[in-house]
Amino acid sequence: MSAAASLPARGKTGFDAAAAARAWRPPPLIAAPWLRYAVYLGALAYAVLAFGTLEVNWARAAEGLERGLRFLSGFFPPDFTSKGDDILEGLMESLTMTVVSTVIGIALSIPVALGASRNLAPLPVYLVCRAIIAVSRTFQEIIIAIVFVAMVGFGPLAGMLTLSFATIGFMAKLLAEDIEDIEAAQAEAVRATGSSWFQLLAWGILPQVRPRLIGLSAYRLDINFRESAVLGLVGAGGIGDTLNTSFDRYEFDTAAAVLLIIIVIVLACEYSSSWIRRKVQ
Amino acid sequence: MAVTARADGGLDWRRRTPRGDLAVWAGWLAAVALTVACFEYISQRTIWAFVWDAPTQGADLVGRMFPPRWSYAEQLWKPLWDTVNIATLGTVLAVVFGVPLAFLAAHNTTPSRLLVRPVALFVIVASRSINSLIWALVLVIVLGPGMLAGVLAIGLRSVGFIAKLLYEAIEEIDATQVEAVSATGASRPQVLAWGIVPQVMPAFAGLTVFRWDINIREATVLGLVGAGGIGMQLQSSINVLAWPQVTMIFVLILGTVLVSEWLSARVRHAII
Repeated sequence: MSAAASLPARGKTGFDAAAAARAWRPPPLIAAPWLRYAVYLGALAYAVLAFGTLEVNWARAAEGLERGLRFLSGFFPPDFTSKGDDILEGLMESLTMTVVSTVIGIALSIPVALGASRNLAPLPVYLVCRAIIAVSRTFQEIIIAIVFVAMVGFGPLAGMLTLSFATIGFMAKLLAEDIEDIEAAQAEAVRATGSSWFQLLAWGILPQVRPRLIGLSAYRLDINFRESAVLGLVGAGGIGDTLNTSFDRYEFDTAAAVLLIIIVIVLACEYSSSWIRRKVQ
Repeated sequence: MAVTARADGGLDWRRRTPRGDLAVWAGWLAAVALTVACFEYISQRTIWAFVWDAPTQGADLVGRMFPPRWSYAEQLWKPLWDTVNIATLGTVLAVVFGVPLAFLAAHNTTPSRLLVRPVALFVIVASRSINSLIWALVLVIVLGPGMLAGVLAIGLRSVGFIAKLLYEAIEEIDATQVEAVSATGASRPQVLAWGIVPQVMPAFAGLTVFRWDINIREATVLGLVGAGGIGMQLQSSINVLAWPQVTMIFVLILGTVLVSEWLSARVRHAII
């Protein structure tokens, strides 16, 4: 642009400082200079403060390095057999927990999703359902698990309840968004035939959101397995329990085996769930 | 779709063939049977007496949890500040390593599709498949309890997340802009800086803030395995059954999560 006018001058002198100053530059992200520099300064101050809180005990880290190496050497070879029964037990708990909680969670999330769609539900119902979703989504699964373990005791039931509860918020929110985005004309057409509310759901709305419903269910099944692998840390059963125990006993080769199993199953879940999602969408 | 002829010569429309109907029902039956079998397995490992007792226990727990011990908050500001720092520094760490990884993994920017791309994809998958709590569990063994383990755990988990979403964004860019920049005679780094980066910048900023929001939630529980932050106070309060303190911690976590969610929603609205 303006730099082009001074091009001949550059040809003679090699570098033209005046032209370089006039050359086009991309506009900065934050237009006001004082705000821009205030943000930079704030970020710098925060970085200094935050790194200051990071107390690193290098002596302890060096000591731990040896244990870390022992943990790494646990991977060569991992020990699947000597605690095989425990691993199998934890794995079965995790898998059963995943299946049941996904089914229960989806079954409960569908009514909540219908209630949380502004185009289907009256305002009071809408607000109640949105509140349910907000509560379920705010807390980490682990924190909910702590409460459930305190209520129903140690074991996979607490994990199952936790995951079901977390599934409701996740599924209902995303499904409600999809229901609100449907083509209104199709629902209108079904309603015009004199259908009841349930017939409207079955023929006007379900066909439009079915791909999304199936995709989300597959995705949530995948997430629930991942989460079931950590719930054991607070006593809610599953393979996380086995993992935690093996760490506590310094059986790093067993821990390595458990980690490998988790990675393999998570990968299998992820690929199958993304395959299902591609298939239906 | 299946059409069958009636006796009077009319046609009946059905959605599926009888065989198809049967297959669908068999599918549902199998799903129900699997669920019931799984529940049976869990039920065998549950002491139902405790569960029937749960309403009483729950009421008792609520009774113990309220009122929260407000004065305990004074001891919580420092751990809460640590929690926010764990999430933020972890996100920064993830960005530092995740961005180059994304450029190595995207098929239109990778230096080598045959050698570099599979390695980058493997790193992304390995990082994503392990929960940050498990990363923390491992790192606490190596580094000792403390914030550093937490920051690294959050960072290791987030690298995969950021790299995956960013490389998908890079693969979806508009190729004509890249072509226009390279037509001016730009070198490879210049094409990257002027043709690709401006296109993925909004997506990158959005997903970084999104991950930061997730990391705040995750950082609140990392302390359960000793990786610093407010979770450590949570663990010690639970261990001594100090439920009013637990409630206080929950209230603070709730507040922090709501603020971070609001903040990230605001920032994402501003940039996208």
